[in-house]
Amino acid sequence: MSLSPHTASSASMPELDEDELLHVSLGPQHPSTHGVFRMNVALDGETVVSLKPVFGYLHRNHEKIAEGVTYLSSMPFTDRLDYICPLTNNWAYAQAVEKLAGIEVPERAEYIRIITAELTRLINHTAFVGFFLGDMGAWGSALMYAFREREKILDLFEDLTGARMMSNYMRFGGCRNDLPDGWAARASVLVNEFPRFLDELENLITGNEILIARTQNIGALPKEVLINGGITGPMLRAAGVAYDIRKAEPYGIYDRFKFRIPLGAVGDCYDRLMIRLLELRESLSILRQALDQLPEGAYIHPKAKIRNFKPPVGEAYARIESPKGELGFYLISDGSAQPFRYRIRPPSLINLTLLEDMCLGLDLADVVLILGSVDIVLGEVDR
Amino acid sequence: MTPDLPAILARLRVALPAATLTHLRNPGPSGQDSLLVAPDHLGAVCQFLHDTAELDFDLLSNVTGIDWPEPAQADAVAVPVEGTTPAACGFLEVVYHLYSTALRVGPLVLRARTVDRVNQVHIPSVVAVYRSAELQEREIFDLYGVEFIGHPDLRRILMWDEFLDHPMRKDYVAPDDYQYEPTPHDAVLEKAQQHYTV
Amino acid sequence: MSPVLNKSMESPAPTSSSSSPLPLADWTLPGIGLLKGMAVTATNMIQSYYRKDRMTTVQYPEERAPISPNFRNFPFLVYDGSDAMAGLRCTACLICENECPPKCIYIVLERDENGKSLKRPKVFDIDVSVCMNCGICVEVCPFDSIYMDGEYELSTPDRFDGLLFNKQRLARSTDYHAQLRPLEASEVATRREAEADKKLAAQAAKAAKANLDKQAKEQAAAELPAAAE
Repeated sequence: MSLSPHTASSASMPELDEDELLHVSLGPQHPSTHGVFRMNVALDGETVVSLKPVFGYLHRNHEKIAEGVTYLSSMPFTDRLDYICPLTNNWAYAQAVEKLAGIEVPERAEYIRIITAELTRLINHTAFVGFFLGDMGAWGSALMYAFREREKILDLFEDLTGARMMSNYMRFGGCRNDLPDGWAARASVLVNEFPRFLDELENLITGNEILIARTQNIGALPKEVLINGGITGPMLRAAGVAYDIRKAEPYGIYDRFKFRIPLGAVGDCYDRLMIRLLELRESLSILRQALDQLPEGAYIHPKAKIRNFKPPVGEAYARIESPKGELGFYLISDGSAQPFRYRIRPPSLINLTLLEDMCLGLDLADVVLILGSVDIVLGEVDR
Repeated sequence: MTPDLPAILARLRVALPAATLTHLRNPGPSGQDSLLVAPDHLGAVCQFLHDTAELDFDLLSNVTGIDWPEPAQADAVAVPVEGTTPAACGFLEVVYHLYSTALRVGPLVLRARTVDRVNQVHIPSVVAVYRSAELQEREIFDLYGVEFIGHPDLRRILMWDEFLDHPMRKDYVAPDDYQYEPTPHDAVLEKAQQHYTV
Repeated sequence: MSPVLNKSMESPAPTSSSSSPLPLADWTLPGIGLLKGMAVTATNMIQSYYRKDRMTTVQYPEERAPISPNFRNFPFLVYDGSDAMAGLRCTACLICENECPPKCIYIVLERDENGKSLKRPKVFDIDVSVCMNCGICVEVCPFDSIYMDGEYELSTPDRFDGLLFNKQRLARSTDYHAQLRPLEASEVATRREAEADKKLAAQAAKAAKANLDKQAKEQAAAELPAAAE
């Protein structure tokens, strides 16, 4: 293993004797790696001197598959990218195709999209808290509580889309079906009950001295470095950069809602955890507004094509603020029924660009925490 | 907010008179035009876009590789001004989507093209300006075979190191000797049987 | 260069500052935070014995969680009438085979001796080990012939033939569909009835028009010789 880290922050590391280093292959089958992900770590005692991520264990060349099937057929495959948040993936893809073909979306469909996307954010962030606590050694309680609440939202998704996770719900120009009877009322009940769970979760963890000792001042990087490294989403906001695509480039109808962007001060693992807890509250506020204002009308554009859909020649890049960061789709159409190029900008992969920089000089146990705080899903990293 | 491409182009022409820059029109409804940059000046163009305070393109969001076996296809999607002679042969292309986080401007689409698809597949790396390109350029090297000059760690990322081909290329032929499961089509089975009997 | 924040668009809620809205962020006595957390777990444990919303486990297979009417698993084929094979609505048009994302559908059109299409499938197989339950076949079908089933207890000891569903295995009656998804089935039934009525009416109109034309022709033919005289 080479010991010539190219990163700026590692240049200051003292010269070390290769023979005295301990090389640990962390993963690919390891509970802390959130799937099949591997890190080749070189340790000097307990201190990390080099960390090389190894990708590709879940690679299936989704982009190539998408070039061989119709635009609609790729929609269910997007569910399987970040499988915690299928509905935001659906939205990102639908939005890119709508941009590519110039399709309008009816108002009710925009509301349904925002409601499902923010419910997805609730799922992602609660599950994140559970997994992060698990990474820290508090395996069990927090995750089980998070999953108990997540299951209630998944029940709503099952009623709406037909599947708990593999939703395949958004369509080019709207959504596949309308909300079932009483769905909005049930969602309102859930949104009203959720803060009680959040209080409980915050009581459980935020004051915990062990958590504070383990997470504060761990894995922070300057914000310029983070932006330059392409880090987006809660990771970037935890460092105090007010960059949320819902505000910076409002897509859908996000400009109609009042919500705040929580910002951290330090950007360490503690801030990353807190940012997610605070974003949960803001998502609930968006959900309340959207459910109150939900208009009647069509859930899909009446002229939206299901069969024989061929967008005009051209290209489009569209992105959304997925719970993990900036999720973008870049599509090129040559006028046929299949995309000429179908590219996903995966937030999970690009947020790992600075993983080594964040871990250098820390203990091996902190690596697990930092990886957990990045919040990756390997279905999206490896595609 | 969409960037004002002609204004940026004018600025670039003043700052970097030697760089060859072409404005390519997007024929589709998305209205995202792009800027074709000669590979030699890609680094300087990126540095200028990053450092100029009024532009402040600090986030390189997305790096995409594209394989164009036919130059005419590329000219249909990113249309040059009339009278431009099309490239002599197919090429590989790298597309960069830049944003400004503070000014909320984007995407600024840059394109860089290789000379051909076989030997002259070099494009300078932009990792020195934008770290976010690091893993994405590795991915393009892996899946398309574009060689990024100056990349600090250019290795395969998704495929394994011993893999030889570049699977995202349009003329890539999938192997027929992988483990199969009988499917209703049995096309896979047929392929595998042919592979082992011949 | 440090980014300039547009303050008018953001109202940041700081996390680590003293104005933190979170409880106990400024902890005092060591151990209080831990105890508070343990109080939460204790509450959860005790309440899980008597509070309905804390008792989330369903004791499968003795108990079953209710299935949503929208729940989808694998596709089935609908037939009209009582004879499953004769009544299949499927016309073997291959649209679903082409649109199926993982390509798990395999259809062969039935033809008579002269090679003329009989507009029904000779083979209709779905490999459920490949199917990913997306339901796109249902959406693209123009003949209302394929729908998603809700059946989920499908384990089989034979992983090849047991997971390859042929058209006999896939065929389900309209009653089954009506029972599984009453809303969808009634909507489809009324639409199909309306379409059939329209077709009948169109046929009747066509016949009436043909009749009229014939009469007019006869009349004209009868008048012609008269005019010639």
